[in-house]
Amino acid sequence: MENPILEVKNLCIRYNGAPTDAVRDVSFTLGRERLGIVGESGSGKSTVGRALLRLLPSAQVTAEKLRFEDLDLLNLSEAQMLKVRGRRMSMILQDPKFSLNPIQRVGHQVAETLLRHFPVSKSDARVKTLEMLAAVKIRDPERVHDLYPHEISGGMGQRVMIAMMLLADPDLVIADEPTSALDVTVRLQVLNILDGLVRDRGIGLIMISHDLNLVRNFCDRVLIMYAGRVVETLNARDMDHAQHPYTRGLLAAQPRIGGSRAPLAVLDRRPEWKEEART
Amino acid sequence: MTALPASRLPAPLLAARNILTFLLRSPTSAFGLLVLSILILTAAFAPWIATHDPYAQDLNNVLQAPGNGHLFGADELGRDIFSRLVWGARITLTIIFLVSIVVGPIGLIVGTTSGYLGGRIDTVMMRITDIFLSFPSLILSLAFVAALGPSLNNAIIAIGLTAWPPIARLARAETMTFRKADYIAAARLQGASPLRIIVKSIMPMCLPSVLIRLTLNMATVILTAAGLGFLGLGAQPPLPEWGAMIATGRRYMIDSWWLVTFPGLSILCVSLAFNLLGDGLRDALDPKQMNRR
Amino acid sequence: MSISRMRLRGALGQAGTIAVTLLGLLLLTFVIGRMMPADPVRAIVGEEASPEIYQQVFQQLGLDRPLWEQFLRYLGDVLTGDFGTSIRTGKPVIEDILHVMPATIELATFAILIGAGLGIPLGVTAAVNKDRWPDHLVRVFSLFGHSMPIFWTGMIALIVFYAHLGWVGGSGRMSQFYIGMVPDVTGFLLIDSLIAGEMDVFASAVNHLILPAALLGYSSSAYITRMTRSFMLDQLGQEYMVTARVKGLSRRQTIWRHAFGNIRVQLVTIIALAYGGLLEGAVLIETVFAWPGFGQYLTNNLIIGDMNAVMTCVLIVGVIFIALNLLSDLLYRLFDPRTK
Repeated sequence: MENPILEVKNLCIRYNGAPTDAVRDVSFTLGRERLGIVGESGSGKSTVGRALLRLLPSAQVTAEKLRFEDLDLLNLSEAQMLKVRGRRMSMILQDPKFSLNPIQRVGHQVAETLLRHFPVSKSDARVKTLEMLAAVKIRDPERVHDLYPHEISGGMGQRVMIAMMLLADPDLVIADEPTSALDVTVRLQVLNILDGLVRDRGIGLIMISHDLNLVRNFCDRVLIMYAGRVVETLNARDMDHAQHPYTRGLLAAQPRIGGSRAPLAVLDRRPEWKEEART
Repeated sequence: MTALPASRLPAPLLAARNILTFLLRSPTSAFGLLVLSILILTAAFAPWIATHDPYAQDLNNVLQAPGNGHLFGADELGRDIFSRLVWGARITLTIIFLVSIVVGPIGLIVGTTSGYLGGRIDTVMMRITDIFLSFPSLILSLAFVAALGPSLNNAIIAIGLTAWPPIARLARAETMTFRKADYIAAARLQGASPLRIIVKSIMPMCLPSVLIRLTLNMATVILTAAGLGFLGLGAQPPLPEWGAMIATGRRYMIDSWWLVTFPGLSILCVSLAFNLLGDGLRDALDPKQMNRR
Repeated sequence: MSISRMRLRGALGQAGTIAVTLLGLLLLTFVIGRMMPADPVRAIVGEEASPEIYQQVFQQLGLDRPLWEQFLRYLGDVLTGDFGTSIRTGKPVIEDILHVMPATIELATFAILIGAGLGIPLGVTAAVNKDRWPDHLVRVFSLFGHSMPIFWTGMIALIVFYAHLGWVGGSGRMSQFYIGMVPDVTGFLLIDSLIAGEMDVFASAVNHLILPAALLGYSSSAYITRMTRSFMLDQLGQEYMVTARVKGLSRRQTIWRHAFGNIRVQLVTIIALAYGGLLEGAVLIETVFAWPGFGQYLTNNLIIGDMNAVMTCVLIVGVIFIALNLLSDLLYRLFDPRTK
């Protein structure tokens, strides 16, 4: 792959005071593409996302290589990291009910990203913010700009979140379960907006999710994680040809409309998988 | 009878032991426990610890500085300050004990009845509680003492009268959570009267948190009692109450610092001990904190 | 429409609650007043008055009427603004109290500034460093302030800073030398001395104010510190703090702009309540520092058993407390967008 945005080689993360690594020997590269990371809760997928942004104060992060464009993420100072976060790499969090500041106006929170990274005036920031709110298909940006988070719906909240994180035009966006907290009816809508923006702007996307179906539809490649390790990496198209029994188990556990009504397969979890992916 | 299983009995004891070990692990609450044990031991063995008769005047030793047979010096009548402090520990403990047995039952009765019966009674009782709560405790106790006449007993009554509302609030809140429980409903279906349910089923459940809250309040009680003594509205001379000792020592404080310094330090130590202990108890009983350590 | 009606009903309900509380307050002060051992008639007519005169005054005061009637009379008097006459000064009680109040307000205001100025940064520091040494240090420091008998600390401070070091003024609001030099305009000495252009008096007043205000402030900072810490801990654990970090804000910026920004309303309400609590400390500290304020007025009258004055003082404290509670409630509703 020429000019990868992100190169990760043998990433290990251990929380302070924990007996074992939460994430072990995770390696992947990312170009201007959409990569999915799938796993059960506790598999370490969110931890990987936060480690890339260096937002794990209570954990030890080690890796052979952790390169983001021209930067070595492992050796950046906190001051340098402040210029990366939000500007070149950002993250969409799960639930807008909690991830938006409840007592600041929505527009103010979005504009903060811009004001933090660019020398713009408040009025310019407002114009840019309104444009961005329109870009995430908020119909009446002027009105929403002055609302508080509790006054907007979850779907709209997540669109605000996307606007906030894409406003400074980053090169990489990590979406950590971006639609899990939303109503099923608006999930697709929000994902389409995110997908459209990422494609148009040529942004690298890491989509962290437990939802295999969602990831295979919206990503180019998929990493399957189990107990802190990557057990298999696949092209989304080839999902049905998965080799690893865990991936196959995950696929078999998906209900299908019009499929057989027999009880779904129970997911098989074997301790030896924790070891084998090491090679 | 409310049939409590026999295995229930050791549970509170076990909990008490767990709490105690937790408290001893933190240096600050261990300090609190230490000071309080010293206070209790001092009060218990006052006649043996005191070097002098706390009331014996010795006009040859008036305002004598610390040392020279008087560990903490002598006061304006030549009485030994150390011995007076030792005997004063008894007064402090008496205040704590009496206030607890006034405040605990009043708070418990008002809180549980009000919480269990609900409705009008609840509204009226909580209004009354609110009225008492709308004063700072020292000022209301001042007013009560003024009405009852200044003396140690009246000071204790006055403090008791002002310290129950928070306890009642707490007991009410606890009762509200138990009121809907199945075992209360079961007792009611068996035909138990409200009085019986409150006394036999609800009060025992509220007791632990009430006891803890009482401990938390003790620092305030001690400071209020000392304040009343200082204003001449609590213990009267020649009783060796610490606050009153400061009040009489005040006249001589510029030249004879020891008259006010040692009683004040004693008050500070005891109220600090209760505060540290209360702080530790709060942590010990906070389940989130428990798991972390 | 129905919402505004509901609001109206809520407001009426609240007004009713306040009215009931105030009535209870009056009943309480009435009971306290009637229980006081001092004989109000003797206090007026003196020890040597004849039984006839005694009887006459007894009836004048309405003490021969049944208690409920006396209470109604008291209620009527209070509602018409008549709080009775002070036996000690011979002036209407309310006049006396209005005269001493500014001294206490001056003291309490400075104290709360010190208390908040100390308590809020300490609380934030403790929360940010939870369970590390700054947290423990702050905890002990603030518990210490909460545990000290303030009348005693006041004396020790006087011995050290006034008698030995001579850094501050001693008792009273200003040096004896300046008393009467500044005309009483507002009652607030700092303001009056500035109006009169007497900088020496102003300096003396500050010099006398600083020690009692600092002690009161320190004792009230314990409460403010504890509340600030727990409010901050609530906020620091929230997910939006991560969002702010992801946007590229430094830890410091997220703490002050987001977490602290969000607790400002709560802090204001806490400070309002702490201000009321200062009245308690004021009673003791005013006695130690011979500060001619409300607290000293109350204790003086308590000791001689001046019934009208005591009843009114207690009543006023109660009303101030209720008012502060209401105010903090109101501030919360006005400034927290979520309550709208």
